[in-house]
Amino acid sequence: MNAANYLYVSALLFTIGAVGVVVRRNAIVVFMCIELMLNAANLSFVTFSRINGDLNGQVMAFFTMVVAACEVVVGLAIIVTIYRSRRSASVDDASLLKR
Amino acid sequence: MTTSNSLVYLIALPLAGAALLLLGGRRTDKWGHFLATALSASSFGVGLYQLSQMLGRSNEARPVSQKLFEWINVGSFNVDAGLLLDQLSICFVLLITGVGTLIHIYSISYMSHDHDRRRFFAYLNLFIAAMLLLVLGDSYLNLYVGWEGVGLASYLLIGFWNQKPAYATASKKAFVMNRVGDMGLSFAIMIAFATMGTVSFSGVAEHAHHTSEAALTAMGIMLLVAAAGKSAQFPLQAWLGDAMAGPTPVSALIHAATMVTAGVYLITRSNFVFDAAPTAQLLVVIVGAITLMFGALVGTAKDDIKKALAASTMSQIGYMVLAAGLGPVGYAFAIMHLLTHGFFKAGMFLGAGSVMHGMNDEVNMRRYGALRKFMPITFVTFGLGYLAILGVPPFAGFYSKDMIIETAFNAGGVKGIILGVTTLIGASITAFYMSRVMILTFTGTKRWDDNAHPHESPWLMWLPMAVLAIGSVSSGFLLSRGDALVNWLAPLFEHHAEHEEHLLEPIVVSALALTMVAIGVAIAFFKYSRQEVASVAPEDVSIFTKIARQDLMQDRFNEAVFMRPGQALTATLVAADNAVVDGTVRGVAKTALGSGSALRGLQNGFVRSYAALILVGAIALIGAIWVVVQ
Repeated sequence: MNAANYLYVSALLFTIGAVGVVVRRNAIVVFMCIELMLNAANLSFVTFSRINGDLNGQVMAFFTMVVAACEVVVGLAIIVTIYRSRRSASVDDASLLKR
Repeated sequence: MTTSNSLVYLIALPLAGAALLLLGGRRTDKWGHFLATALSASSFGVGLYQLSQMLGRSNEARPVSQKLFEWINVGSFNVDAGLLLDQLSICFVLLITGVGTLIHIYSISYMSHDHDRRRFFAYLNLFIAAMLLLVLGDSYLNLYVGWEGVGLASYLLIGFWNQKPAYATASKKAFVMNRVGDMGLSFAIMIAFATMGTVSFSGVAEHAHHTSEAALTAMGIMLLVAAAGKSAQFPLQAWLGDAMAGPTPVSALIHAATMVTAGVYLITRSNFVFDAAPTAQLLVVIVGAITLMFGALVGTAKDDIKKALAASTMSQIGYMVLAAGLGPVGYAFAIMHLLTHGFFKAGMFLGAGSVMHGMNDEVNMRRYGALRKFMPITFVTFGLGYLAILGVPPFAGFYSKDMIIETAFNAGGVKGIILGVTTLIGASITAFYMSRVMILTFTGTKRWDDNAHPHESPWLMWLPMAVLAIGSVSSGFLLSRGDALVNWLAPLFEHHAEHEEHLLEPIVVSALALTMVAIGVAIAFFKYSRQEVASVAPEDVSIFTKIARQDLMQDRFNEAVFMRPGQALTATLVAADNAVVDGTVRGVAKTALGSGSALRGLQNGFVRSYAALILVGAIALIGAIWVVVQ
């Protein structure tokens, strides 16, 4: 099967994630879109690893997973804290830094 | 050349006095004036000692020098701070310290009611030191230090009563006009350095023979500018009248006897430059001739006794400058008139101070009259000075001024006749305005208020006047007997003994001069003694009188030609500075500020818009890389 197809899927996933981050207001959904973008990148890494026949890309994908796991921990904690204090998970409500 | 270690004491003594009195403050109030007088007198003593030493040596060995320290030593350019006392400087040293000491004595009494008397004496000592440095310096650079020093002392003393704004302004005016002259002197020094590589008198004298005439002419003109500034010669004479704001002893010492003659000293000292630059020499003569008429005309219209005397000083220095411009034949006569003038003019100024002292500081001669009875000593001493300045034989002015008139006539050709006639007319006008001063002050009817109580001044004041009066009587005779001064100074000047035919015999010149003087006196007598003198200056006078009262429009001229355009220039420069330089700086600041506020709109606090910006940025970056790689 043509390896390029994996890259198309990866690009599609990344675009969905990016649009989701910009368009959606719910912090949980934005968060999931970020995960989507990270995994799209992972898919690209693995695909290129396969195309080039070495393991660098696969190793990189593991690194990305570790970073994503850490990010999930911190990000969810922030979202929960914001929700507790404001009873809302909308990212537009949390725009106090400007003032 | 002989060397001596005692020259420095001439300067060091009064300088130490000035330093002690200025730094000692109020503690020295009680005895400061005595100390200053004693130091000035001891400086005079050193001068007399030097003279006695000098008299005992042959002509060639008479100049004495002393090297103080190495001042500037750069490459091939060496200037030592050195002193030189020769036949010319000794005349000045004795005049400065002698008259200076007399005026110190006079000031003890004259300034006794002034609570700042100590400061006054400190400045007087400072002046004496600076003036001695001026005449003792052995190079133009050393002279320059003294030149600036006397300018400073003059400024401080003119503005001594600076609580009066007009007096403070007068001192600033004198200072600023002197700066113009100082600029000339500094240019002359630069020219000497650039063309000859040396600034010492002996060095310049040596190189003058093989230096281009153009350079020497430029240097001569710059020296003339310097002399005009310091000696109140046309066109830089406007400050002298206002300088009378200073206490009268200052006017006598600085603005009559010594400092204002520094220009004559400079020209005489630079004889080697002027002798080789006929154009510059001619300009010197012209400046002298113009100023002697200018001062005389201004003198006829002044009612302020000190300003009348100041105008007379200007005129008499014009005579000296004219004589100095006539070359080797005239230098000695310029110095002779300078010395006799130092006596009689200082004496008359002190007399004017004595009159003011007795008349509640009134200076308007129209408010005097009939003071002969009340101030007999002042009258006699002033009168002797008056006869001396007129040139009546056998008083001092007869010898010195007649010599100048005679030399002027014998200058040759049309130039000689013009100069001779100018000096003769000048003598006549001098006789007129000095007679006017005498008549208005001492004779006629009393025109003062009842609250003025004219009285003779204390002995501390009339003693110096009497000594100066004796000088006014005898100095001319003593200096010219057997051509004493001419022979004394002769070794310094290159006199080519080519005896050109004399246009007029000395006896004819004397007769002519005396006739002119008699005419001047007669006019003054009929105008002021036979008629009643108004105690307020009449307003309905001819246009000439009005112009003369305003110093022949000199201030107006300066204001219109120099001051207003100068102000306009500065205003333009300020405007240009605001528009161009400040405009650029402000423009940059404004641009930064404006773009900052515009960009601030992007920072709206919404996470999603930041994310969108990051996305756009990333896409743009990838696009750019794409384009570059392609």
